[in-house]
Amino acid sequence: MDPIAIEGTPKTPTVNLNPTTGKVEIKGRSIPENSIEFYKPVVDWLESYSASPTKLTEVNVQLEYFNTSSSKCILDVFKKLEAIHKSGNEVIINWYYEEDDEDMLEAGEDYQSIIRIPFKMIEIEE
Amino acid sequence: MSFNIENWSNKFNEGNVILSYNGNITSELITDVLETVETKLNESEEKPKVTKKIYNVLVECLQNLYHHLDAVKYNGQVKADEKFAMFSVKKVGNSYNVATGNFVKNTKLQLLRDRIEQLNSMTSDQVKDLYKIVLNNEEYSDKGGGGLGMIDIVKRTESKIEYSFDKLNDEYSFFYFNINM
Repeated sequence: MDPIAIEGTPKTPTVNLNPTTGKVEIKGRSIPENSIEFYKPVVDWLESYSASPTKLTEVNVQLEYFNTSSSKCILDVFKKLEAIHKSGNEVIINWYYEEDDEDMLEAGEDYQSIIRIPFKMIEIEE
Repeated sequence: MSFNIENWSNKFNEGNVILSYNGNITSELITDVLETVETKLNESEEKPKVTKKIYNVLVECLQNLYHHLDAVKYNGQVKADEKFAMFSVKKVGNSYNVATGNFVKNTKLQLLRDRIEQLNSMTSDQVKDLYKIVLNNEEYSDKGGGGLGMIDIVKRTESKIEYSFDKLNDEYSFFYFNINM
């Protein structure tokens, strides 16, 4: 399967999905009006990837902003990862948030309480 | 008193306005407005925590307009076209407020009122719990939204929504929405 590399825009994040290294990266801003359309290829890719994932899938989420319509799509992404974890593969989610951005930390904690995958909250110092 | 769009326009333009707009709401407009407001707030030397909150609330308010406004043609001094709405970002004393105004079908008013009254009656912990429940309900609306916009606004600002409906005719009303932070 092929990797996916989507370049970021003012409203959509940079996305890198690599089936060889098992690295999943979502970075930047995610505030499109139509989030479902943006995240569909990501969710579909993870669905295919889940058939033969690498031993460890490392997920790095570093978002500066995301809107509420993205928040449901991000949960869909995490649910795909949860299935990979459930079938006996190692998955870790690194959730980055900027120093003092309590809202972003809390958003990560909300996902952590819903998704059964190890989360690591990482503060970025400015 | 009968509906007067100029009075509303004046209301959005009075006071310490950082940005105000009336006209069509498009995806490109939202991108431009967010960029402008972000630049202005960064120049104001406001704390990053505060500017982030305003930015997040503004995103949700503008995208609520984008997804939910009802198209009405209205000809006055202020002309309303298909996707017409008004909004403003203002500084009021030490706080900020974001206000929006748009036409909605009268048949939707009761639902809107109920949702706002429900949020306004909740404690911030209850709002946080509601957010998590709706986030995880696996439903998307026909507009592609998650039904989370207003909940998110109240959750972030921890304040009450001020709102009113001004009747235009038997079919439509003007919906005013204001939030302080």
